[in-house]
Amino acid sequence: MAHVLVFAESRGGAPRKVALETMTAARTLADAAGGEVHAILAGPPGIGAHAASLGEYGADRVLLIEHEALSRYDAESLTATVAARAGDGAYRAVVCTASAQGRDLAPRVAAALGAPIASDVVSVELDGDVLRVRHPAYTGKLVATLAVRGSPVVVSVRPNAFSAHAAPKAGTVEALALAADPGASRAKVVEMVEGARDRLDLADAPVVVSGGRGLRAPENFALLEELAAAFGGTAAVGATRAVTDDGWRPHSDQIGQTGRLVSPDLYIAIGISGAIQHVAGMRTSRTIVAINKDKDAPIFKIADYGIVGDALEVVPALTSEIRSARGTG
Amino acid sequence: MKIAVCIKRAPDMEQRFKVAPSGTAVDEAGLKFDMSDFDGYAVEVALRLTEKAGDGEVVAVSLGPDNVQETIRKAMSMGVARGVQLKVDTVPMDALAIAQALAAELRDGGYDLIMFGKHALDSSNGAVGPMVAQLLGLPCVTACSRLEIANGTGTARRELEGAAEMVGFPLPAVLTIDEGIARPRLPALKGIMAAKKKPLEVKPAALGDVRVTVEAMKLPAERPPGRIIGEGAGAVPELVRLLQSEAKVL
Ligand SMILES: Cc1cc2nc3c(=O)[nH]c(=O)nc-3n(C[C@H](O)[C@H](O)[C@H](O)COP(=O)(O)OP(=O)(O)OC[C@H]3O[C@@H](n4cnc5c(N)ncnc54)[C@H](O)[C@@H]3O)c2cc1C
Ligand SMILES: Nc1ncnc2c1ncn2[C@@H]1O[C@H](COP(=O)(O)O)[C@@H](O)[C@H]1O
Repeated sequence: MAHVLVFAESRGGAPRKVALETMTAARTLADAAGGEVHAILAGPPGIGAHAASLGEYGADRVLLIEHEALSRYDAESLTATVAARAGDGAYRAVVCTASAQGRDLAPRVAAALGAPIASDVVSVELDGDVLRVRHPAYTGKLVATLAVRGSPVVVSVRPNAFSAHAAPKAGTVEALALAADPGASRAKVVEMVEGARDRLDLADAPVVVSGGRGLRAPENFALLEELAAAFGGTAAVGATRAVTDDGWRPHSDQIGQTGRLVSPDLYIAIGISGAIQHVAGMRTSRTIVAINKDKDAPIFKIADYGIVGDALEVVPALTSEIRSARGTG
Repeated sequence: MKIAVCIKRAPDMEQRFKVAPSGTAVDEAGLKFDMSDFDGYAVEVALRLTEKAGDGEVVAVSLGPDNVQETIRKAMSMGVARGVQLKVDTVPMDALAIAQALAAELRDGGYDLIMFGKHALDSSNGAVGPMVAQLLGLPCVTACSRLEIANGTGTARRELEGAAEMVGFPLPAVLTIDEGIARPRLPALKGIMAAKKKPLEVKPAALGDVRVTVEAMKLPAERPPGRIIGEGAGAVPELVRLLQSEAKVL
């Protein structure tokens, strides 16, 4: 009853960084339950080459599923497989990532198991029969402490809430068969629309450079791309809804209540007023910098460091200063 | 085309929240409530689909105490034909318990599509929709940002982190709806008048066991007050110094 099953999310034939963070949460639970972490790694043939990294981050066993059809996410066959494994009586909890994929998979698995779910949690603690989690509710305006009873329970872990820790375990690789034929899945991914390949995802980026309407024109986002580049591959570019609504940036770059939630080490808000719906998506960032020409802009209330000024003048100066500070110029 | 939309009553997020004296809930005194954001998009999408098909019916289902009738009337004022209230005294935080009650209501409804919001603003779970799909054994696409339905099949787009996927599915199906897909219409006076006379059925909810409970509800830790360190490009060297030596993020 005491093991923890993790779904280690992958894309493009390799585990995502968030999968390793999720391992940290799973390890916490397994250690408290006195059990092992079993990580499911599912993907196209060849993904097994990455199994060792899961062992390094705390998997006692890696349950490997290699199948041609899994070069894309296949919700139905994976639900059946994770639920079949999780329901065999050996597991106290099933842990997924609260990403686009994990938010899709975790509730299906929970319903298939008849298990309760705690979604999008930022902490986990096992206390006897109770799994206690903290979950940002009301779009992050409140934090709920939830008690979840029953076994197994399903948990999805918010990206960036846990850090990936090396915690070497055996990582013994075992093949796991799909419990359902992906060919029989009714809903199927028929096409992947890839974002720019070399771009770091917003959720994975330690630095987020984000722009609002104060940038005045879509072409001025080039200044933000340059600033992001000065961080040497550790920064991603985000935007406000004002900007994505006008089509200056894709909707997938929108940060806020109805967009992405990010929690980087450094968030640089440029020409952003700081509307509460935007702040809901970034207020848990470790350090916030704001550049705005209006000294009364609400963003300055939550920015650790603010500069009052014209973005078009301040950003290039910041880019060159970051370049020399990091030796990337 | 027969479509059910599950709608939740939730507070407007533009308000200041306080914790109730119990310490386990939001203080609802003085708060304004409306249909949860994403559910409004789902209603709009459902209405457009039936309008385009030229026949069919959209039904709104809400689980909650009697105040959800107001939310159902709002959906009706947008054009929804009828409503069902699954009555409970309090709406639990347990997504499966809610999903079981909704699934019991929807199972034999003969719906071509059952729609949900991507997540409810209050619970912020995004779990009830895919759970209902699983309980009913229906195909499901979550967080649809675009949708096309033709000849008994559909294609939906879902945004992923830094990518997107197109998902094909047969009807009947369950969909959860992301924002941006179709801006919800504002109810016109005529719609508001008509809504008052539309049928609203009230039934007891077959709520599942509640195993997820709120032990504490807290405001998040306040950020320390912000400070402005200077003006214009001249302040940049000081900013970078602070990021290095004080914030230690460079
Ligand atoms: C239900 C709902 C959901 C929403 N969800 C989101 C969401 O998820 N994400 C989101 O971002 N928004 C969201 N919004 C919109 C939000 O309310 C704001 O309208 C939006 O965030 C404003 O974007 P902005 O800061 O870019 O633009 P503005 O509010 O127009 O601010 C522009 C800022 O730029 C400054 N500026 C102008 N020129 C310059 C210059 N040359 N240099 C420096 N600064 C300059 C101005 O002083 C101003 O502060 C939502 C709104 C609603 C109602
Ligand atoms: N009490 C409820 N009544 C009707 N629909 C609900 C209820 N709770 C959740 N839903 C639906 O399920 C979606 C997801 O809710 P949640 O899983 O709580 O984030 C919502 O957007 C609604 O469409």
